[in-house]
Amino acid sequence: MDYHSPASFAEASALAANATGITRFLAGGTDVLVQLRSELVTPDTLIDIKKIDGVRDINCNANGSWTLGVAATGAEMSEHPDLGRDWPGVVEAMDLIGSTQVQGRATLTGNLCNGSPAADSVPAMVAAGVTVTVTGPDGDREVAVEDIPIGPGKTSLVQGELISAVHIPARGDNGGDAYLRFIPRTEMDIAVVGVGVNLRLDGDTVTEARVSLGAVAPTVLLVEDCAKSIIGSTLDDAALDTLAAAASAACNPIDDKRGTIAFRTEVAGVLAKRAAKIAYARAKGEQA
Amino acid sequence: MALDDRKTQFTFVGTRPDRPDGLDKVTGRAKFGADISAPGMLHGAILRSPHAHARIVKIDTSKAEAHKDVKAVVTRADFAELPFQPGLEGEFWNVLENVMAGEKALYDGHAVAAVAATSALAARDALKLIEVEYEVLPHVTDVDKAMAPDAPVIREGAADYSVPEGMHPNIVRYHESGHGDVEAGFAEADLVIEDSFVTEATHQGYIEPHACLGMLGNDGKGELWCTTQGHWIAQKTCAALLGIETSQLRVTASEIGGGFGGKTTVFIEPVALALSRKANRPVKIVMTRSEVFRATGPTSSASMDIKIGMKKDGTISAAQGVFRLQGGAFPGAPGDMTAMCAFAPYNLTNVSQIGYDVMANRPKQAAYRAPGAPMGAFAVESVIDELCKKLGLDPVDVRLKNAAHEGTKASYGPTYERIGLVETLEAAKAHPHYSAPLKPGQGRGISCGFWFNHGGETSVSLALSEDGSAQLMVGTPDIGGSRASMALMAAEVLGIPYENIRVTIADTATLGYNDVSHGSRVTYASGLATIKAAKHAVEKLCERAAASWGIPADAVKWENGCAIPSGPNAGDFDPRPLADITAHMGQTGGPISGHFEATPEGAGVSFGTHIVDAEVDPETGKTAITRYTVIQDAGKAIHPTYVEGQYQGGAAQGIGWALNEEYVYGDDGRLQNSIFLDYRIPVASDLPMIDTVIVEVPNPGHPFGVRGVGETGIVPPLAAIANAVSHAAGVRMKQLPMSPPRILAALKDNG
Ligand SMILES: Cc1cc2nc3c(=O)[nH]c(=O)nc-3n(C[C@H](O)[C@H](O)[C@H](O)COP(=O)(O)OP(=O)(O)OC[C@H]3O[C@@H](n4cnc5c(N)ncnc54)[C@H](O)[C@@H]3O)c2cc1C
Repeated sequence: MDYHSPASFAEASALAANATGITRFLAGGTDVLVQLRSELVTPDTLIDIKKIDGVRDINCNANGSWTLGVAATGAEMSEHPDLGRDWPGVVEAMDLIGSTQVQGRATLTGNLCNGSPAADSVPAMVAAGVTVTVTGPDGDREVAVEDIPIGPGKTSLVQGELISAVHIPARGDNGGDAYLRFIPRTEMDIAVVGVGVNLRLDGDTVTEARVSLGAVAPTVLLVEDCAKSIIGSTLDDAALDTLAAAASAACNPIDDKRGTIAFRTEVAGVLAKRAAKIAYARAKGEQA
Repeated sequence: MALDDRKTQFTFVGTRPDRPDGLDKVTGRAKFGADISAPGMLHGAILRSPHAHARIVKIDTSKAEAHKDVKAVVTRADFAELPFQPGLEGEFWNVLENVMAGEKALYDGHAVAAVAATSALAARDALKLIEVEYEVLPHVTDVDKAMAPDAPVIREGAADYSVPEGMHPNIVRYHESGHGDVEAGFAEADLVIEDSFVTEATHQGYIEPHACLGMLGNDGKGELWCTTQGHWIAQKTCAALLGIETSQLRVTASEIGGGFGGKTTVFIEPVALALSRKANRPVKIVMTRSEVFRATGPTSSASMDIKIGMKKDGTISAAQGVFRLQGGAFPGAPGDMTAMCAFAPYNLTNVSQIGYDVMANRPKQAAYRAPGAPMGAFAVESVIDELCKKLGLDPVDVRLKNAAHEGTKASYGPTYERIGLVETLEAAKAHPHYSAPLKPGQGRGISCGFWFNHGGETSVSLALSEDGSAQLMVGTPDIGGSRASMALMAAEVLGIPYENIRVTIADTATLGYNDVSHGSRVTYASGLATIKAAKHAVEKLCERAAASWGIPADAVKWENGCAIPSGPNAGDFDPRPLADITAHMGQTGGPISGHFEATPEGAGVSFGTHIVDAEVDPETGKTAITRYTVIQDAGKAIHPTYVEGQYQGGAAQGIGWALNEEYVYGDDGRLQNSIFLDYRIPVASDLPMIDTVIVEVPNPGHPFGVRGVGETGIVPPLAAIANAVSHAAGVRMKQLPMSPPRILAALKDNG
């Protein structure tokens, strides 16, 4: 196994482009090292991206948007004084991952590129409209988070490409987001269903919405019908019921050791309602 | 509540000093199974079957043997030839077959070969070089399916004499007991409820995986260090499996990171010794968590039918149960225990119970706290709860009305001596928890539970030092703070401070035979032996004092750590403290020690009553346990903190078993969830504070009144939680675990 710690993304990209066999980037390593030890994936090339300048930065840009380095950890996001005020749903989703120890290492990018359909931060990022910069042999391109995963364990990145930055839009006025997941215990578990909701209000009426579901299909879902069911409403019971029905209808889950098809389908609707209520309260400036 | 007139009689017993092993454990100094190494040590690794049931056609180890870092490879051919005998007499054969497969791999994870190499990584890599040709056979993992006429046969001829003619060969033991006439009893009932219940297998979930270091020379002499609940059984079993003399193998028990019954047998130990014999080097094996789940003993899974008749006043007129337990690919599922314990809390005129021991393609079950009892209690106490609900009766009152007491003929045969069930029920009724208001969405459940407790072969030795301190050697590994309890009991007899006594878990070469730390027997049996060994030493101390005073030995008695004349007629001498006598023991007759060897027979049975509040989210089926109270008879709590720890631990493990823990098998017969991520034991935030009430109804069979407390605490939780959840959800839950998908499905079915 070859281990590299390049000083730039261009160098990292070149290393990956020329590598043979299995390549993994090492961010927090909380997926890579676990898979290595359990003999699920034994990489031939390991490229540690933590030595690249600025990878742990969390910056608020002049227009109110945010740029996060690809090695910024869950703990650093939670401890940031302002990020969580703008995007509580994204920060809470990341914070749900693992334990205190895991939080000290785990990253948004690692969570996304590991490609698990149950990844917690991903529905929250999709709802928030997060994009990433992909650096490759041909330079940089910007890609929406929902376009990265293409199946369990698979991403749209091609050989030589890696993510070099994460962009969260400006929060703007009267907006709120939330992420909820279902697990049978209270912590240290994998989402059986995850729901991210992000919305904006004009007075009491929802004017913009994005609803995303995790763990109910081979990849994260951005569900138009869910958004439509609440846009124009005041999130009254009828709108919530339509939202729940749309969320359940979008599910294409599997039966496995973590949950049944029927359970996931039902609970996706329940969590969509609950997350929407929290996002709505946040948009109104209420505590939730 | 505690019948503690005896408390005043004690100076040390009943106090709560720090445990002697505490500092070592919190500072990391304690040596567990994997914390040892030896010069020239090799690392062993085990190749395991990926199939649930397969004939082993051929094993080619030549490539692994050729690997430069590999020093030995073993298969079944490297173990002793033990003749197969059916039934329990063949237990050594069963263990051998389990630690290294013979003709067939019998479950996913069954060991088929092992290597020893110069590093753990090399050993792991070398396993991939072993080529095994399997002929995959049909498999069965479900208990009811394993009994069906068309089920694949795990092994012909494994059944013992107890199984009636004509049953499927997978049924290997059959138990039937009871008394009275149940049909007549049902006819007298105002309401009869008959229902069926299912529980999945759960693992003991000890945090420390199995680990050992074995050394065996060609001269047949060996050393073994391992994490175990009983090193003498490890010694006996390993010697038999390797064809050496028992006394030539010295076994030392490491500190143990949990066992709960699962470390009462051997898995990797004979393999390490076989590798060592071949390589002529010490060999260490440490299991991964996945190996622990796949190849060590979970508990049995169960399928049960219960029928109970009750009169309007709450009297149980008849009770009947059929308990089918699946225990993996070997005889041993405790269907008999389940049957005997299920109705044991009640004074019944008419009772009948049947237990089956059934084999399936799963790992060999191992004991897990009160083996067999929790499942039976779940089924029986659920039906009693349903009867109470339908007849509008208070569940504690009904249990009090039917409770067994001194003189009751137990459902499993004997007549009870003094027991404490009624006292636990009265404590439950009086406890503020029982009358506390419930919030909407919450339900309250109660259940009783019973366990036999055990005595077992026991040896203890106590030696006094010149400075008046004492060293106590016991042979029962400390799985729950027992070193503290032993020191307290010895202090009580000797009259010297707790801190002046050092308790050691002696190895097999330094003490006579000791049964395993199981059956809640340690504080009872090793405790009794400790008291007797200390009394033996006290006799000698009195003799020395008598000699120094020139009076007969029987004119001296022992009080508060001193020899004193037994009365005014004996003479007028100053008391001689223990340290004063030991200071001169070299010149007055030599070392002073005491010892005791026996099989104590007076282990008192024990009962508990649990109260649980649960809250169910009706939209997701998720349960939260909001309040929990354990009430149990300890006979006498030697160290109350560690008694409470046992009560809380039983409840915590019961919460896991009831709500989320289960062995999940795929259609291919392979275990789907062999890591803690998907095998869901409760995490700290899943548990409420677990309150405890220690009831003390002394056991007449122990000098200080001790009853075992380690196992009874896991008997009531499954039922108590199921009753709470069923009330909260408004639908009767008959299958464990009550995971959210199952509860949500039950709610949907219920409309
Ligand atoms: C105990 C435990 C609990 C966990 N609990 C949860 C949980 O509750 N929810 C959850 O969603 N996950 C959970 N996880 C999984 C894991 O922690 C997360 O997926 C985490 O976010 C991964 O981030 P990382 O930085 O550690 O990724 P790494 O392990 O470093 O990398 C993960 C993957 O991302 C790729 N990658 C990393 N950086 C880049 C990059 N810049 N460009 C392209 N590809 C890249 C790697 O090649 C690899 O394939 C848990 C893990 C553990 C060990």
